[in-house]
Amino acid sequence: MYTRLVDRLTDLAIAAFLWGLRLAVVAVVVVGSFLTLTSGKYQTETWADLISFGLVLGCIYALIALGYTMVYGILRMINFAHGEIFMCGAFGGYFAATALGRSGFLHAGPLNALISVALIMLVAATVSTSVALLVERIAYRPLRSAPRLVPLISAIGASFFLQYSVKGLFGPGIYAYPDVAVLKEVVPVPLLHVRWMDLLVILAAVAMMAGLYFFVMRTKIGTAIRAVSEDQSTAALMGIDVNRAIVTTFAVGAAMAGAAGALYGLKFSTINFFSGFYPGIKAFTAAVLGGIGNVPGAMLGGLFLGQVESLGPTLFLDGLEVPAPNQLKDAIAFIMLVMVLIFRPSGLLGERITRQRA
Amino acid sequence: MAFTPPTDGFRVVEIKPGEPLHIAFWGVLSSADVTLGEDSRRGVQVALEDRDYKYKGHDILLTSEDGQCLPAGGSVVGAKLAADPTLVGLIGSSCSDETVGGIKAISDAGLTTISPSNTRPALTDPARGPEFAGYLRTAHSDAFQGKAVAEFATSVLKVTTAATIHDGSSYAQALQQVFVDNFTALGGTITIQESVTKDQPDMKSVLTRVAATKPQFLYYPIFIASGGLITRQAPEVAGLAGVVLMGSDGMFSPDFIKAAGTAAKGMYLSSPDFSKFQAGYAAFLEKYKKGLTVVLSAFHAHAYDATNILFAALDKVVVEGPDGTLYVPLKALRDAIYATKDFPGVTGTLSCNASGDCGAPLIAVYQITERETVELKWPPEKPVWP
Repeated sequence: MYTRLVDRLTDLAIAAFLWGLRLAVVAVVVVGSFLTLTSGKYQTETWADLISFGLVLGCIYALIALGYTMVYGILRMINFAHGEIFMCGAFGGYFAATALGRSGFLHAGPLNALISVALIMLVAATVSTSVALLVERIAYRPLRSAPRLVPLISAIGASFFLQYSVKGLFGPGIYAYPDVAVLKEVVPVPLLHVRWMDLLVILAAVAMMAGLYFFVMRTKIGTAIRAVSEDQSTAALMGIDVNRAIVTTFAVGAAMAGAAGALYGLKFSTINFFSGFYPGIKAFTAAVLGGIGNVPGAMLGGLFLGQVESLGPTLFLDGLEVPAPNQLKDAIAFIMLVMVLIFRPSGLLGERITRQRA
Repeated sequence: MAFTPPTDGFRVVEIKPGEPLHIAFWGVLSSADVTLGEDSRRGVQVALEDRDYKYKGHDILLTSEDGQCLPAGGSVVGAKLAADPTLVGLIGSSCSDETVGGIKAISDAGLTTISPSNTRPALTDPARGPEFAGYLRTAHSDAFQGKAVAEFATSVLKVTTAATIHDGSSYAQALQQVFVDNFTALGGTITIQESVTKDQPDMKSVLTRVAATKPQFLYYPIFIASGGLITRQAPEVAGLAGVVLMGSDGMFSPDFIKAAGTAAKGMYLSSPDFSKFQAGYAAFLEKYKKGLTVVLSAFHAHAYDATNILFAALDKVVVEGPDGTLYVPLKALRDAIYATKDFPGVTGTLSCNASGDCGAPLIAVYQITERETVELKWPPEKPVWP
């Protein structure tokens, strides 16, 4: 009797704490935003700029997040090496960009620049896909029937292996993508200070995400992937080549990450062997935010995270006069993740996994 | 008379015939800021090459540990070094954060380290804690660098408003604060003190906030990767065109030029004043450059001096046994390093004080020109100030 009472009181205390936390976060967001917006410190143009910066970053997160969510959807496994696959693509793109830059092709007008960007993304996607397929074959496939923790540990090992292989091959220093002058020019749109490169990142990401959605929803192999992610055994009984579906999932996810790596390099210019780590963590967060296993969820999660990182420190904290609020951008992003998961434990768009597999 | 090995307040390292005298370099040897560590390690190597890697008939063994420019990295390395019974002395770390993480274990083990590139003022503050007992440096304190930058900004650039950005590292936070205090004391106004995180690729959201405060001068004494990103992205932010950009010695590297590209042209960097170094610097530099195309960072000469100070102290305390065994009493070695006076280094005539400062605080400001960004020559030829 006494124990039951203590348990009940403990539950009540935890529930009260969680509600307090929710109310505190909501209060900070509402009051902070109100104070910031009414202070008149920032013009409309500033907000437009912050939104556009967040959109570019969010697109890159979303492209990486797709690989996490697709692999999780089909294997129920977190591919921790995915950030490094993104980094390998960025390196592949760097060598392609440098070669195109040295030949002069990259700098010979807008059309050449566009063709070059497409080629750089293609090379990066190819490199990432090759690396991902190798990792899948060597580090994951032999462990497919092992308990869940085993491939997870293998994925962490693969992540370190790739990181330090790239360090060993290319050294620990910085590699800088060549500047493409034409892409650094401002797009003539009132209010916004968006560059052509930003627009290119957004358009390329939207096109790739739309293409992926079509691929998954409308093609035969996409249907097979969805079937395998629903129930592997039944899919196999229906004559679906499960192995092919899994390998295709890895390849497509990696191609997206590779292309994102090239866009990251072109946009932010510098990469090194460690460049995949933090974007990988952020993209994983985005995938969880959107609802891991859900392709549109990963896209939405990436875009949401980009906006929270870009707008959050200024919008929520500036009005509250928090000093140097940008250093809290990761804290804001992860608090938002916790809040989303408290209100919607399955993420923004819910986890699309059958109950039997969950 | 029978030989009696020395005793010591800490412990005595015995180096038997055939065994090497072991010293270690610890600092940043990976990540985007690697040139800072490699630059210092090369300075140590030159000092050892001058001795043919020999000391009193024993080989000298130099090992290296990577603290990744992080407190956690420094903590791991510090524990590892402290547990090594063969070590007699250390050169490092590269970043103040590494020292903050690792110095307690090193000091507690009776070891002494001399940093060539830590500049955070608190590390050699007279009121520093006992965990810093085994810590000295040949680098300048940022108490001088921050003041010099503030004087340059007000007296040469004639700016009256400034903004700062740090990256959360103890080096950057302290240096920008020293600048802020001095700039304000000289009559200037600080419009905003912002920060970035080391993993952040997009700096525009921070720069947009900075631009909204309309500063004339933006000072970001951070490291290569983030510094490069800010330099590249600042001209793309509305309201920052025409704002004077300035960094400090954490970015004084050819890798920074690689990271920042041509956007670095026209900006300023503060650093040790190479023009004030002693005559021996040119000869040292020739040896340093063997196998390298450029000077990697700003603290190679400080590392060379730190190593030579360590060996000068060893000369005073090492006891040689009749069979050639070397006995290194660690407490006596630490005391001998602290007692360094009028040491003829290449960075100046060096004397160590009771709180561990051995460096000559000579700060200069360099301007980046096409010589560095287009011709890719490094370092800049001569300072623009003083």
